[in-house]
Amino acid sequence: MIETVISIGLPVREKLVIKKNRLQPEKLQNRPKRIAIVTGIHGDELEGQFVCYEVTRRIRENIDKLNGIVDIYPCLNPLGMDAVYRNVPKTEIDMNRMFPGNTEGPMIEKVASAIVADIAGSDMCVDLHSSDTFIREVPQVRLSEVWADHLLPYAKLMNVNMIWKNATKTVDESTLGYSLNMLGTPTIVVEMGIGNHIDQSNGMQLADGIFRLMNHLGIWKDEPQQGVEPLVSSDGEIEFIRADESGVFLPCIEYNCEVKTGDKIGDIINPLSGEIIKSYYASVCGLVFSLREYPMVYAGSLLARIIKNDRR
Amino acid sequence: MYLDSICSYHSPYREDFTINGYRFGKGDKAACILGPIRGNEIQQLYICSQLVKKLKELEAKGCISSGKEILVIPCVNHFSINTASRFWAVDNTDINRMFPGTDYGDTTSRIARDVLDAIHEYTYGIQFASFYMSGEFVPHVRMMETGYQNTSLANLFGLPYVMVRKPKPIDTKTLNYNWQNEETAAFSVYTNKNDEIDPVSAKQAVSSVLRFLTRMGIVKYESHSGYISHIINEEDLSNVYTKTAGIFHNYVNAGAEVKYGDLMAEITDPYEGNIVEKIIAPTDGIVFFKQAEPLVNESDIVYRMIHRLHE
Repeated sequence: MIETVISIGLPVREKLVIKKNRLQPEKLQNRPKRIAIVTGIHGDELEGQFVCYEVTRRIRENIDKLNGIVDIYPCLNPLGMDAVYRNVPKTEIDMNRMFPGNTEGPMIEKVASAIVADIAGSDMCVDLHSSDTFIREVPQVRLSEVWADHLLPYAKLMNVNMIWKNATKTVDESTLGYSLNMLGTPTIVVEMGIGNHIDQSNGMQLADGIFRLMNHLGIWKDEPQQGVEPLVSSDGEIEFIRADESGVFLPCIEYNCEVKTGDKIGDIINPLSGEIIKSYYASVCGLVFSLREYPMVYAGSLLARIIKNDRR
Repeated sequence: MYLDSICSYHSPYREDFTINGYRFGKGDKAACILGPIRGNEIQQLYICSQLVKKLKELEAKGCISSGKEILVIPCVNHFSINTASRFWAVDNTDINRMFPGTDYGDTTSRIARDVLDAIHEYTYGIQFASFYMSGEFVPHVRMMETGYQNTSLANLFGLPYVMVRKPKPIDTKTLNYNWQNEETAAFSVYTNKNDEIDPVSAKQAVSSVLRFLTRMGIVKYESHSGYISHIINEEDLSNVYTKTAGIFHNYVNAGAEVKYGDLMAEITDPYEGNIVEKIIAPTDGIVFFKQAEPLVNESDIVYRMIHRLHE
């Protein structure tokens, strides 16, 4: 059942409408469990669109296995998504820095507040992101250190390649994930892929993870499925490789590959002089879970992130 | 006065991004004044340029107190101004949401760190800032309620109002919040414009800073005493909302006194031109903030009023 979370009139003959699709069995048990799948806070993050489609499709085709409520919110920033713009158009505000919002604030704060109010009380929320247009990410869960211990068992069910505890920027205060966790709704933040792109294999992997999670919560009744055993790390076990020069970055590895200490990651070149400005190498063994796709860099630009892999 | 480089970043395709500061006087790090961090803060750029001009004149006359240093950074982000981008042009991040920054983080986080490193030892910090909502304010000094805020000091600017804002999560990454946490007495000065220049309120802002510096014994400058500021908490402002979206016709400006029932604005239908809503003052008071866009959404905040205050 398609429902409206909030609707606000725009200046010229249009409404900003946030919609959700509520999926539930014909007969609901008393106090049914509820999960929220949300995505599209950033207008350039599209991976979640396929996940929403795939989760809904599987539920509709196997509705007899549904034993709770699944709320799908495919687009929390419809204007941004329509305009191929990460933030909220016109205001230029990053919507994921406006939570928990304010019912008496400007439009974007009202919208944020309505979204939080609608999701709060769910037994679980999965907030799907897909990096930005600069960095490609392997499917991963990012947890705030505050709730990491509580959320880790659920995150391990998500069928992701890695779990990053204390990934501060994505899960800090003023994000949807942080706000919902503060309100007692366990929320897992997923990052995968790259902005303005859909990788269906990532989507399938995540959809499998969501069904594992729903199975565990009793919202889905099916045989337990095997999933990916994720690498789990906190900040200290992650190597950040950042540019310390500006120029054009040319990677010489693929993302989602294993590297050894000393392996070359890539070069920053100067297209004007035809020179290599600097080459970058791994200083740990592990999985390259983030790799720069957008070539132009300044000092400080992220080139790659490697999670140490002691299993090798 | 001498020009100093605060930090510099090499750019692949543009000239190096260098933040410059003008240092006046020598001695204790007495006051630091900061211009635009966002690319649409043109009024703030103009105010800082006028302040630099005035401080150069004062220094030439020996009116900077001995043993006191003033640093003016007229622009933190000229790269965004030159490309008409509100935020950092490369990745659209807001430097004023990157403080305190890190020296091993993203580019804008490093810029924030470099700036804070250069300014955190000053006793007084003044930023010409802009609000995240587009609109016009009554000139005022704004402070975050961090526990370090001192409204009595803010009074010394002699602007009509001092506003104290309870920080929300989004505020904890701003310069003002982090500057106060570094134990600088930090103030944000707001005038009525951002992306266009209003010379009258710019002059008022320059005078207010010189008045403050004079009262703190940092410069010698004879000026009018200004106002005894009215101190307000942001949460006490009364919001005036639209009920209907459309074309906004404003009839009152920031600073105006209105009475309960006065017509403040009308909204007309964008296709048919008829009036679809009259916005009536919900209370007596002073208009503290006025939204400045020609178009409005349903339930937008179009005014923020100081309830039952008279001129």
